[in-house]
Amino acid sequence: MFIDFLYFLRAYGLKVSLNEWMSLSAALDKGLGGSSLTGFYYLCRSLAVNSESDFDTFDAAFAAYFEGVVSEKDIPDEFWDWLNDPRIDSEKGPEDLLSQLAKDFDELRRMFEERKKEQKERHDGGSYWIGTGGTSVFGHGGYNEAGIRVGGEGRHGRAVQIAGERRFRDFRRDNIIDTRQFETAFRKLRQYSSRVDAAKTELDIDETIEETSSNAGMLKLVYEKPRKNTIKLLVLFDSDGSMLPYSRLTGRLFHAVSRSNHFKDTKFYYFHNCIYEKLYTDPRCRRGRWVDTDFVLKNLGSEYRVVFVGDAAMAPSELERKGGNATIGLPNEETGRVWLERFKKKYPHSIWLNPIGEESWSRIFGQYTIGKIAEIFPMYELTLDGLDKGIKRLLSNR
Amino acid sequence: MDNSTNFNTFKGSADYVAGSELAMAVNVSIALEKPLLIKGEPGTGKTMLARSVADALGMELVIWNIKSTTKAQDGLYVYDTVQRLYDSQFGEGDVKDIAKYIKYGKLGEAFTSKKQVVLLIDEIDKADLEFPNDLLWELDRMEFYIPETKETVRAARRPIVIITSNAEKELPDAFLRRCVFHYIEFPNEEKMSEIVKVHYPDIEMRVVEQAMEKFYEIREMKDLQKKPSTSELLDWLRALALSGVDIARAEEGLPFMGVLLKKNQDIDALAEYRVKGYTTVGW
Repeated sequence: MFIDFLYFLRAYGLKVSLNEWMSLSAALDKGLGGSSLTGFYYLCRSLAVNSESDFDTFDAAFAAYFEGVVSEKDIPDEFWDWLNDPRIDSEKGPEDLLSQLAKDFDELRRMFEERKKEQKERHDGGSYWIGTGGTSVFGHGGYNEAGIRVGGEGRHGRAVQIAGERRFRDFRRDNIIDTRQFETAFRKLRQYSSRVDAAKTELDIDETIEETSSNAGMLKLVYEKPRKNTIKLLVLFDSDGSMLPYSRLTGRLFHAVSRSNHFKDTKFYYFHNCIYEKLYTDPRCRRGRWVDTDFVLKNLGSEYRVVFVGDAAMAPSELERKGGNATIGLPNEETGRVWLERFKKKYPHSIWLNPIGEESWSRIFGQYTIGKIAEIFPMYELTLDGLDKGIKRLLSNR
Repeated sequence: MDNSTNFNTFKGSADYVAGSELAMAVNVSIALEKPLLIKGEPGTGKTMLARSVADALGMELVIWNIKSTTKAQDGLYVYDTVQRLYDSQFGEGDVKDIAKYIKYGKLGEAFTSKKQVVLLIDEIDKADLEFPNDLLWELDRMEFYIPETKETVRAARRPIVIITSNAEKELPDAFLRRCVFHYIEFPNEEKMSEIVKVHYPDIEMRVVEQAMEKFYEIREMKDLQKKPSTSELLDWLRALALSGVDIARAEEGLPFMGVLLKKNQDIDALAEYRVKGYTTVGW
C-alpha cells in the first residue's frame, strides 16, 4: 500500500528505500501521524528525509503528490465566521487515512465549488454540507481526512500548504559530489609520525616488556607519544571571474579541507587567474586584503603540500608577460610563470586541481595556459577520481 | 515493550517549548525505537531537547559529550589493563576477575541501566569522520560484545537515543538511514516570545518586545558571520532586565552587544549599519 508515493519521492531524487517504507508502515500501524495529512507530512518527512538540504525536494514532491487541496483564498467571509471551533474529534486508523489520502483531489475541489453554490446556511454535523464536524469531505474538524479544509485550525490540507511554502529552499544543494566524499578523499592525505609535540599517552608494549624483564620482573610501564598526522596543507584557490561557474564545486572542496581536522596545519589563500606579488586572504580578492606572496614562500616551509585550485584558463599574456596581470592597477614586474615556478621549486609536493573536465583541456578557451601550467604542476581534474590521483601524487611525488 | 503507553507522551516540558512537528519526531523515534537525529543552528535548543524529553518522561538522562578525540569504543567500555597489571604485581584485588577492570562508557551505562533512560549523544559531528559508522551495530541492536570477558552487554530497556549535530561534518548515509531526522528551524517571533515566557515568566513584556524587534532586525542583516540565536537572546534579555537599561533610550548603541554578537567584525558591522544604514565590513 502506498508504494507509489515512495516511488514518487524516489523520482524526485530522494534516497528512500524499502527500509524507510517499512518504517513508515510500522509508524502508521502504531497510529503515529495523528490521523491527518499534516501529521502524515511530518511523519513522512522525519523518516524519509535525513538532511535539511533535502527538505525542499521533499516539500516539492509532497506538494505535487497531494496537489489539489484548495487554499482558502477564494472563500467568502461568512464561511470563516461560522467555521470557528471544531465540534467533533475523532481518531481514525491509518488504513482509513491512507484510503482517504488516495482520493482524487480534483474531484473534491469540483464538488466543493458546486456545494458552495448550493449551500445557503451554516451547517454542523451531517455528511453532505460544508460545515464543522460531520463526515462531509468539506469543512473542518470532521471525520473525512481527505476533505477540504475551510478555515479554522486545520487538520486537513495544511500539510500541502506547508509543503507548498517550501521554506527549506535555501538549504538545497544539488550535489554532484558531496562534501563528505571530498573529506573522505582528503583523509588519505596523511603521513603518520610519532615525532610530534604531544604527551606520552600510549602504552609502548615492546618497551614495557623489555624494561620489565630487565627490572627483574617488576612491572615498569613505558609510554610513547601517539602517532599523528604531520601533513601540512596550503591551498590556493583561483576565486574570481572565470571560476564563478565552479564556485559550488570549489566551495565544497574548501569545506571539506577546512573541516578536516586531521591535518597538522592548513592555510588558504586566494588568487585571481594567476599568482603574482600578492595572495588574497579573502575569496572576493579585494584590494588590500592580501599578503605578499614572498611572505608566504618564506614562512611556509617546503614540507607544506600545495594544492592549486583553478581553471588555469587565461590570456597567454597573464602567464607569460610582465605587467600581464588582468587586475587593473596591479602591474606585475615578474611574469606569472616565474611566480608559479617559484612555488614549484620551493614546494616539491604540489598539484593543480582543475574544475574543467580533462577531456576539454585541449580545446577550450585557455588551452594554451592550461597546457603550459600542466607542464609546471601535475594537473588533475576536480572530480573524486582526479582528487584521489592528486592526493597520491602529493604523498609520493611520483 | 508496550508502545501505546509511549506514544504521544512527549509534548514539551515546563521549561521547553516543542513545536508539534518536533514532538511528532520525538514520538516517532520513541515508538519506532530509532535514534532521533536533531540538527539545527547553534543555540536552537538541540541539547536542551534531551533534558526536556527526560524530564517529561520521568527518565534519567545520560549525556555522552563527543569531542574531536572521542572514539566509539570510549562509549562502550574501557579495559583498564594497567590497573590490572599493577594489581597482579602487588597482589591486590582479584586479578582473575577481569570484569572488575571493565569500566563502562556512557553507552554502556545506558545499556546496563535497570530503568529506561534517555541517552544524549551530543554533537556527534565533532568526532572523527568514521565515528558514526562505528556505532551502527551498537545503536541498531542495542548490544555490544566484550571480548575480554566473553560477555555481551545487552540493553535491558532500550534507551531513547537522541543525537545532535551542528552539521560540521557530513554524516554517513548508512548512519542517517537508521535515524529519525528533525531539523529545528529558527523560531519565528511568535514562537520566540513563547520561549522567552517559559524562561522568564516575570519579565516585562515591553522589554521583551523591544528586544525582540532589535534581535530580529540584527538577524536580518546579511553580513553577520555568526547570527545571534535563541540562547543569546535569552542571555541578552536577562542582562537587560537585570540592569534595567532601556533599549529605546540607548540610541548611540545597543547595550550589552557582546552578549548577542560574538565576533568583533560583527559588532563593527552592526555599528556601521546603524549609522549608515548599510555596511561594508563583511566585504
